Amino acid sequence: MRFMLLFSRQGKLRLQKWYTATAERDKKKMVRELMQVVLARKPKMCSFLEWRDLKIVYKRYASLYFCCAVEEQDNELITLEVIHRFVELLDKYFGSVCELDIIFNFEKAYFILDEFLMGGEIQDTSKKSVLKAIEQADLLQEVLIYCYIDQVDL
Amino acid sequence: MPAPIRLRELIRTIRTARTQAEEREMIQKECAAIRSSFREEDNTYRCRNVAKLLYMHMLGYPAHFGQLECLKLIASQKFTDKRIGYLGAMLLLDERQDVHLLMTNCIKNDLNHSTQYVQGLSLCTLGCMGSSEMCRDLAGEVEKLLKTSNSYLRKKAALCAVHVIRKVPELMEMFLPATKNLLSEKNHGVLHTSVVLLTEMCERSPDMLSHFRKLVPQLVRILKNLIMSGYSPEHDVSGISDPFLQVRILRLLRILGKGDDDSSEAMNDILAQVATNTETSKNVGNAILYETVLTIMDIKSESGLRVLAINILGRFLLNNDKNIRYVALTSLLKTVQTDHNAVQRHRSTIVDCLKDLDVSIKRRAMELSFALVNGNNIRGMMKELLYFLDSCDPDFKADCASGIFLAAEKYAPSKRWHIDTVMRVLTTAGSYVRDDSVPNLIQLITNSVEMHAYTVQRLYKALLDDISQQPLVQVASWCIGEYGDLLVSGQLHCIILHT
Repeated sequence: MRFMLLFSRQGKLRLQKWYTATAERDKKKMVRELMQVVLARKPKMCSFLEWRDLKIVYKRYASLYFCCAVEEQDNELITLEVIHRFVELLDKYFGSVCELDIIFNFEKAYFILDEFLMGGEIQDTSKKSVLKAIEQADLLQEVLIYCYIDQVDL
Repeated sequence: MPAPIRLRELIRTIRTARTQAEEREMIQKECAAIRSSFREEDNTYRCRNVAKLLYMHMLGYPAHFGQLECLKLIASQKFTDKRIGYLGAMLLLDERQDVHLLMTNCIKNDLNHSTQYVQGLSLCTLGCMGSSEMCRDLAGEVEKLLKTSNSYLRKKAALCAVHVIRKVPELMEMFLPATKNLLSEKNHGVLHTSVVLLTEMCERSPDMLSHFRKLVPQLVRILKNLIMSGYSPEHDVSGISDPFLQVRILRLLRILGKGDDDSSEAMNDILAQVATNTETSKNVGNAILYETVLTIMDIKSESGLRVLAINILGRFLLNNDKNIRYVALTSLLKTVQTDHNAVQRHRSTIVDCLKDLDVSIKRRAMELSFALVNGNNIRGMMKELLYFLDSCDPDFKADCASGIFLAAEKYAPSKRWHIDTVMRVLTTAGSYVRDDSVPNLIQLITNSVEMHAYTVQRLYKALLDDISQQPLVQVASWCIGEYGDLLVSGQLHCIILHT
């Protein structure tokens, strides 16, 4: 996977994870263009499209579009499952997740993504395992806030 | 000095802005506050300020002045600081900035931290955005972690190694010893990431590929266990056990079996088993079937297995799910040269896809249809393709017209049929015909001596109907110029449009 984007129907970016080194200026341009292309798609169209020299896999969950750019040799159908797994993880963590959760807790969404994928590949295929690791890390953060005087929450 | 505004409070405030200008004003105000806080080297609230900066960065505002602060957070001993610091580094820094190298020492320390979650953070950051220099410096640490018995760290080290190899391929050798018993792991996380690592190594080095061929029996065994094992709640997706791992193993088998008879034979049975037993009612099962088909087609499989694979693709074409139809057409396009006859059997289904609503599917179906045209089916196929040309999107018309001309040239059953077909294209999609077709068509007409009268009369009539399409006008004008005498002097033939 080259990158993953989460954006709303209004074209607001909610999350962007890049797995290849790309200049800030290019990132902005690509995001803008790709959002336009995906938002123009009609509901009946398939979840895959070719854009520039990349394969794009996208799926809409409620008000959010999850959009991945994958390599030529990547399996598009399993990428849909990867997206779905990420949504399930967010859902379990936030309890019936909605866009507002991702907006107000974007750093947590990133933490979950970074526990699930690394370099664009799945780290662990067990939902339970990924959620447990996040839980433990959150606990560590909580506990330490009580232990250290100058540790504050965000 | 009051505490800086909390992250979620800032988000709430910014969202109340009614205009872009109002938002910009709020952001600028907060950035100024954050900047002075940074200048004062405030350790307590640095974390909160960087988090806010990351939010503003996502909205599109510049945040480069926070880069060094991320490094300070990473160097801090507080876990919250490290979490935000590493996130900030991944979002704001990349190898283009020299400052990223300052991270190297911190990452090195954190790779050896006593808390596995800190080790995890540093592995993740290195594995996502580590530059070549960083990878060179830290490869040794990653290699050490690849040998640990802690599966949480081992799985991350494997993916980190993948990134290191991608950045500095020469370092691949040093990871070889650690791969020795990776596949004996029970932990699915480690198994999955190990297969990814092995795949990366095999793709990059023919020597590694030969070396790892001996793993085929073990991979086959693991795959077999996944299929035969009972329900495992932890890895189950719609009744299938760990489809992600299954797909990755199938992909590695593809690479190992390609061009190698022994390996291909060793995986023949399991491929047949997966191809016939996988549940097809949901996307996840079809994802596995798709990968299986790709593997069967790429390795040296028995012809029976290949036919099985093409038939799976044929069934995919009839699936209600358009995504599945799309991948089927893409795969068939790849195999149509090598397994032409098997794909021909699905010709009518493919032609039906020309009427699909989805643009990508239509395009694939068109390309595939052209690949399937031959001397036997030319009349029938051309009927469908001409119909498609009439009704398809303007984007397709040029390619379709060119394809029809090519096919007609190769397989025309008669000169008259050929001319009629050309006429049909010029009259229905004339303005989309490529410029380079015109000289070819003129050549065709020149060579069809016995058809000159027929041709010039038909072209003249076409011009009378519609003079707006340039290529038609060009061909017709030339023709009338050459054979005008036949037009004027000959009897007026009854022109029946050949459909």
